[in-house]
Amino acid sequence: MNNLISILQYQFVERAIIAGLFLGIVCAVMGVFLVLRKMSLIGDGLAHISFGAIAIGIVFGFYPLVTAIPLVIIASLIIYALTRKHIIEGDAIIGILASLGLATGVILSSISTGFNIDIFSYLFGNILSITQQELLFVIIGSIMILSIIILFYQEFMAISFNPEQAKISGIPVTILDILFSIITALTVLMSIKLAGALLVSALIILPASSSLQIAKSFQNTMLFAIVFALISILIGIIVSFIFNIPTGATIVTVNAIIFFAILIIKLLKTK
Amino acid sequence: MKNPIISIRNLSLEFNSIKVLDDISLDIYQDDFIGIAGPNGAGKSTLIKTLLNLNNYTGEINLWDKPLNKFKSWNYIGYLPQSLNQYSHQFPATVEEIVALGLISSLKFPRILDKKSLQRVKDILTELEITHLAKTSIHDLSGGQKQRVWLAKALVSEPKVLILDEPTNALDPEIRQVFYQQITKLHKQGVAIILITHDTSDIGTYAKKLLLLDTKVIFWGEFSEICNSDKMSSYFGEEAKHLICHQHE
Repeated sequence: MNNLISILQYQFVERAIIAGLFLGIVCAVMGVFLVLRKMSLIGDGLAHISFGAIAIGIVFGFYPLVTAIPLVIIASLIIYALTRKHIIEGDAIIGILASLGLATGVILSSISTGFNIDIFSYLFGNILSITQQELLFVIIGSIMILSIIILFYQEFMAISFNPEQAKISGIPVTILDILFSIITALTVLMSIKLAGALLVSALIILPASSSLQIAKSFQNTMLFAIVFALISILIGIIVSFIFNIPTGATIVTVNAIIFFAILIIKLLKTK
Repeated sequence: MKNPIISIRNLSLEFNSIKVLDDISLDIYQDDFIGIAGPNGAGKSTLIKTLLNLNNYTGEINLWDKPLNKFKSWNYIGYLPQSLNQYSHQFPATVEEIVALGLISSLKFPRILDKKSLQRVKDILTELEITHLAKTSIHDLSGGQKQRVWLAKALVSEPKVLILDEPTNALDPEIRQVFYQQITKLHKQGVAIILITHDTSDIGTYAKKLLLLDTKVIFWGEFSEICNSDKMSSYFGEEAKHLICHQHE
């Protein structure tokens, strides 16, 4: 217990926990909508695109988010537009843009010297190294995204349930889909510091998927997803600090343990 | 003279250069109970989806004197879709959450459910005798229960017209009869009904007007009119004519 209290006295751990709690809530809430809309893969795709976009910023001497925010939002909107018009299947365009993002990041990091450590910290993530400025971005971004979700909760739920019937109810489905694509891009960008481009989608998919195994109502699905996300982030940060192992990977592993534990219990119960 | 609630003029629609609806014109009034019949691919569901602003079309559609693209009062329309399973198999929702979704069209932004809305949900569940299912997951419902829940969702915004697309397909005869009793009661309370069904005897029993569709309008009018004409026998045959028309001859 004393050990735990002493860990929390480090300012960087405190920053990591605050950022983790905000990101946990946002990823869990967005995850529920994304999983239900069969858009789980978009988190993975946008994360890879973010890696390339951040590399562009670092190599050309901008603050990484200055290039990453517009580029990732544009990519998210391109994925939405092409999928909606059935020009190309959603998973195909996500795969294409994700590969392009990753390739861009790898090329830029190989031709530039001295930036590699910076770029690769975004690939694997390290919430314990989050700066005051990045924390502020996470807090403001999270409040903004959660406010949008609260304001349009019924609409997003209706669209996830059945987009056609949502349209019949007079919901501006296309406009809200565009808004949803933008906040999905922001969620991924904010979470990259926590788990890295390679693992960020797990933060979005796992809490929602665990919750969907047990919740009977939409409200409880949200609630359980948030609880699972927060538990895994807190345990992940503390365990990774104590054992000196990567934080993002630890958080994802805790999330996966929760998911499989629930799945196994559920399967045993239905036997 | 009363105004039509739905007015259609020269409505045509094509999918991949194939005509699905051809030059349809008709007016629907508040006191109407309309049955829409026709063979598979006649355009029945397409007509309804076009009225609900889901398809591109040529011609003119007015809802409550407003052009379709400017119509905003979607709470005037309750819609019961053909399939009761039009959602993801893992969508987590209770009956009361799904019924509350039907209120969206009548709520102003931000559409947050207040006490009055929640009371309205309770009222409609009571009216349709499904209060005991309020907290039940939608995945644990039988076909008949699902039908009532979907009807509750369509009615919770107190619509002026109820559109039913093949509503009794998955129901056994007993539940089917109860369902139509509820619909007839609603009609008596002043709700206009538009009913699509393959079961022409249901149309003959409950509807007052018939729209016989086969891409074009084959017949549109009162049952008494078509039942006394040769058109009915030539289109449906004598046996079916009797089933449809026995209440109107």
